[in-house]
Amino acid sequence: MEKEILEHGLHFNRRRFLSRLSLGLGSAALGSLLIPDLFSGNGMDEDGLTVGIPHFAPKAKRVIYLFQNGAPSQQELFDYKPKLREMMGQELPPSVRGTQRLTGMTANQKEFPMVGSFVDFKQYGQSRAWVSDLFPYTAKIVDDLCIVKSMFTEAINHDPALTFLQTGSQQGNRPSMGSWLSYGLGNENKNLPNFTVLLSRGIGNGQGVYSKLWSNGFLDSVHQGVQFSKGEDPVLYLRDPEGMSRQDRRDMLDNLAQLNDLSYQEFGDPEIAAKVKQYEMAYRMQTAVPEVMDLSKEPDDIIKLYGPDCLVPGTFAANCLLARKLSENGVRFVQLYHQGWDQHGNLPFEIAKQAKDVDQASAALVTDLKQRGLLDETLVIWGGEFGRTSYTQGKLTKENYGRDHHPRCFTIWMAGGGIKPGMVYGETDDVGYNIIKDPVHVHDFQATILNQLGLNHEKLIFKHQGRRYRLTDVSGKVIHDILA
Amino acid sequence: MHKSAFYIIGLIAGIVVYLQSCSTSSSSRVIDQGRSDNLPETISYNFDIRPILSDKCLACHGPDANKREAGLRLDMAESAYAALKEHPSAHALVPGKPEVSEVVRRITSADTSIMMPPPSSNLKLTAREIKLIEKWIQQGAAYEKHWSFVSPKKPVVPTVKLADWPKNEIDYFILQKQEQQGVTPNEEADKERLLKRLSLDLVGLPPTLALMDSFLADKSANAYEKAVDQLLKNPAYGEKMALHWLDLARYADSHGYQDDGYRTQWPWRDWVIHAFNKNMHYNDFVSWQLAGDLMPNSTKEQLLATAFNRNHKITEEGGVIPEEYRTMYVTDRNDLFGKGLLGVTIECAHCHDHKYDPFSHKEYYQLFAFFNNVKEVGIESVIGGPDTYAKKPLMEISNEDVKSILSFVNKRDTNRLIVSVMGDLDTTRKTFILKRGVYDAPGDEVQPGTPNAILPFNPSYPKNRLGLAKWLFDKKNPLTARVYVNLLWQEFFGKGIVRTSGDFGMQGELPSHPELLDWLAVDFMEHNWDIKRLVKQMVTSATYRQSAVITPEKLAADPDNRLMARGPRYRIQAEFVKDLVLSSSGLLNPTIGGPSVKPYQPAGLWEGATSGRGLLSMYTQDHGPNLYRRGMYTLIKRTVPPPSMAIFDASNRDLCEVKRLKTNTPLQALVMMNDPTVLEASRVLAARLLQERADMNARIEKAFRLIVGRKPSEKEVSILSAYYDKELKKSTRASAEKSLAVGEYPIPATIDKLKLAALMRVVTTIYNLEETITKS
Repeated sequence: MEKEILEHGLHFNRRRFLSRLSLGLGSAALGSLLIPDLFSGNGMDEDGLTVGIPHFAPKAKRVIYLFQNGAPSQQELFDYKPKLREMMGQELPPSVRGTQRLTGMTANQKEFPMVGSFVDFKQYGQSRAWVSDLFPYTAKIVDDLCIVKSMFTEAINHDPALTFLQTGSQQGNRPSMGSWLSYGLGNENKNLPNFTVLLSRGIGNGQGVYSKLWSNGFLDSVHQGVQFSKGEDPVLYLRDPEGMSRQDRRDMLDNLAQLNDLSYQEFGDPEIAAKVKQYEMAYRMQTAVPEVMDLSKEPDDIIKLYGPDCLVPGTFAANCLLARKLSENGVRFVQLYHQGWDQHGNLPFEIAKQAKDVDQASAALVTDLKQRGLLDETLVIWGGEFGRTSYTQGKLTKENYGRDHHPRCFTIWMAGGGIKPGMVYGETDDVGYNIIKDPVHVHDFQATILNQLGLNHEKLIFKHQGRRYRLTDVSGKVIHDILA
Repeated sequence: MHKSAFYIIGLIAGIVVYLQSCSTSSSSRVIDQGRSDNLPETISYNFDIRPILSDKCLACHGPDANKREAGLRLDMAESAYAALKEHPSAHALVPGKPEVSEVVRRITSADTSIMMPPPSSNLKLTAREIKLIEKWIQQGAAYEKHWSFVSPKKPVVPTVKLADWPKNEIDYFILQKQEQQGVTPNEEADKERLLKRLSLDLVGLPPTLALMDSFLADKSANAYEKAVDQLLKNPAYGEKMALHWLDLARYADSHGYQDDGYRTQWPWRDWVIHAFNKNMHYNDFVSWQLAGDLMPNSTKEQLLATAFNRNHKITEEGGVIPEEYRTMYVTDRNDLFGKGLLGVTIECAHCHDHKYDPFSHKEYYQLFAFFNNVKEVGIESVIGGPDTYAKKPLMEISNEDVKSILSFVNKRDTNRLIVSVMGDLDTTRKTFILKRGVYDAPGDEVQPGTPNAILPFNPSYPKNRLGLAKWLFDKKNPLTARVYVNLLWQEFFGKGIVRTSGDFGMQGELPSHPELLDWLAVDFMEHNWDIKRLVKQMVTSATYRQSAVITPEKLAADPDNRLMARGPRYRIQAEFVKDLVLSSSGLLNPTIGGPSVKPYQPAGLWEGATSGRGLLSMYTQDHGPNLYRRGMYTLIKRTVPPPSMAIFDASNRDLCEVKRLKTNTPLQALVMMNDPTVLEASRVLAARLLQERADMNARIEKAFRLIVGRKPSEKEVSILSAYYDKELKKSTRASAEKSLAVGEYPIPATIDKLKLAALMRVVTTIYNLEETITKS
């Protein structure tokens, strides 16, 4: 610990201050900075579980989650259903629908005519996976992907479904997946937040995203997702004010540390030492974040790989490239959200645009990680919060239709991080309404992600308000069939 | 190496403390729990055994009938003593005979097929826990009712050796325990530190120079009491006190959920401030909020108070199933009632019997029935114009009201103003147990009722919210007073006597000073739930007035300050960080109440996370005096709460919250270094100081006093003054112009900009001191 403190090349006074602290007194405080919950009394160390260390050898070290917010239609992208086209316009048999509750948008609909995809599908790669013509780039990398067609969830509206996928509970106020990983595994890098969030938006029907989705819930706020945004201040309040040079900031911090040291001498409160440390971390972030956000030094072949949009800040493509850089720099969990997948109506037009927004860059990210030798240790996930119905919402015409929310099945893909590549997992019935093979519940999916990071989802626990909480709440099992 | 040194210090200190302790009464045990392998002479069920059972055993052998394994229940004597269902020859507990008790056989076994807790639970008993259980059985395995479900009785105030230390009853309880543990209290804090602590705690603002000067000059014996009285009379007291209540009542300015449209619940917030300022007693304060609409000859003010129960999130997302959401609203009210007012996790009985506490699934829905009769729907309207700012049932606040009965509502225009309030149906909506908590899986019908383990519902009370309020304030209710007294203790001392302020149940922490808690609770009730009196009691205690200095010995022996042998030292809450900055710079606009405001905020936050619909899809920043309102008036859009507040752990107001986190992160450092609010305040204060006739050191000293609340030491002045000189030397006209171009408050035309820029840096540095935003 002493070495690490000295390495920062601190001003003499600060060095003396901190080394005095490290002589026993301040160790608790300094330790708590590195792994805050370990000292808060809520970590499960007394039960033999040391937070900050994986439970078993991890396959993946980091996660990049390309969240497709609004729920992309599986029928138009991955879940090929020729039967639906044949049965176009026919009523969905009530026996198929069973007791599935419907959203308020179609609950009063008198008819439920089935609708096939307007777009064609082909098979690709050695896995012969079906991919629609909307995803030409993704089609080329199917042998790197594990496509799971049998995801299902419990919620039928966006807010609870998103919250459920991200936090394991529909109600919110619990830690997000990235926060759990940060809590469970600690930080690999010293200059960047452990859990970062990037937002982008397509032209399709949008549904909001909100900071509660990357909230630390009851965990320490160092585990909170930090949103990186486009523009000059990628992290809130990161940029020094106009007219202030780096040297000016250094001078200010050196004076501040001297003054805080006086206060520490008087009060002996370890929190004061912790505060000085946090200012130093902030100082390092001020350099590290703009560096990582600067895409101008990326070579042409990389720009070509991700597509020209990747030079437009705030696009999905730019965020994918940024995600690679953040991940490469040791950020544990990079969460992207791309809005605009909520095609209740006008689906053929909107989904084509949405697909174009994300196809090339999603595939490029996987390819890029692979060529850098990082795909093995990085888990990439692509998918939305639920699926869409086999029947149309609103009027069905030859060219146009819409699809309502559907919790019973949807498709996601995963790549790298010890997940079996070139695999299609799970099946839905002929009309794409129900799962007929290998269902994967949201908690199973979450358990599997934690597993790849070396964490047992039943042991990654935080005790709060007298209850032991897990990302997977009270259920979930690892899907061993899809592990490499 | 250092870490082990730390532990050794701790261990030695622990042993010393133990050897010096002269009592093993149950209450003093909390402190040394786990620190020593020596077991107490008499094992207490409540303090020694129940925490172990609750944490490690009751999930499978507790109150939840559906999850009970082997039919064994360990939280009740008769079932624990009875013959085991599966092995009638054996008994889980045989009082006096650990050697034949099945429990002991199981918890000491290494055979994974019989050991308890089973390996699959990921739970384990420690060696000390096993010994405690054995000794408890040896001594007769006597059960006691859970401490917090027994009505408090006023204990006798203990006697102490250091008899001239206590200032009031609180101190006798605190000192007694310190003396038992061989610890002495800190000296009283110096006057400046003490005044700052008091001012932050009572009005949420740093002391003014005038108050500092008069307090320092006042050498009379009751100078401190005079300052307390003066601050309690300040209308800012109501604002300060309102904040914890706004968290508890999950007050916000948007509806939450998907579209997160604007709402106008702020007149209720104005009422809360008003109620604290006129010192409405806690029983009335809460009863009005629960049942103001049902009171005989109910007034408009009482109706407004009931907005409390309509502050929950309300969906405007087209396509939801209305009953699902209506059920959520009732659930939210019910859970708030449990957590915020009763301090129990009743919410755990939403889907099944409570796993730890004696609340059945049925009782959850009996309580739910009180809140289930509101004339409301799951979705009334999708996001839209002014008619959607409140949902039925609602009240309209007219301009006439504001001139008369609702004079405290800061209504500033003549537009229609509506607030969501409570109002029941004329007929009773039936309430059913919801299986697994799911809205469309009704089970048996239930009638309104309260959890029996707390206090049976008096049949003479009406079976509505008014009756529920009477039940809550029934003097036999064991929780209400304890829970609120504890909440206020947490406000002033940083942590509650029961640290889990929202959970007084079996999984909650035990009180560090149970007799003190009971004494305060009974005293509070005896004085008719008088909040100001209670506040004064706490802040005038010697316990509160101690200095916050932490000696290495005290840090090692009692890092969490459970013995209260030093004063509280905590970073102040998000809203008060802003208030401190505005107030010390002279920028603060002291207006009370009114619609929430939109001060500086980084661009694009709302726009980047919105469905694009409604008034709050774009952030249009306010200008002029609205920029300088207190932090509590910043508009809270639930899905994108104000960022600088969120970074300092403000509640996002999603659900009832009774205890904020107190974290320390690099993002907080960035806010203090770069938030335009801080920079503008630095500039404005620097300009004011430069316009005064004084030398630079005097100016720096004044800035320090205004911001930190005390006179700086010579050393501090010399560091800051050297920093000023260095900055001034570096400063160029161009860099100064840039540095000063922050915030909308005008710069005096005639001022020396080089000096201003240099002094502004100095002031910003003072704002960034750890001590500045710390109550110490």
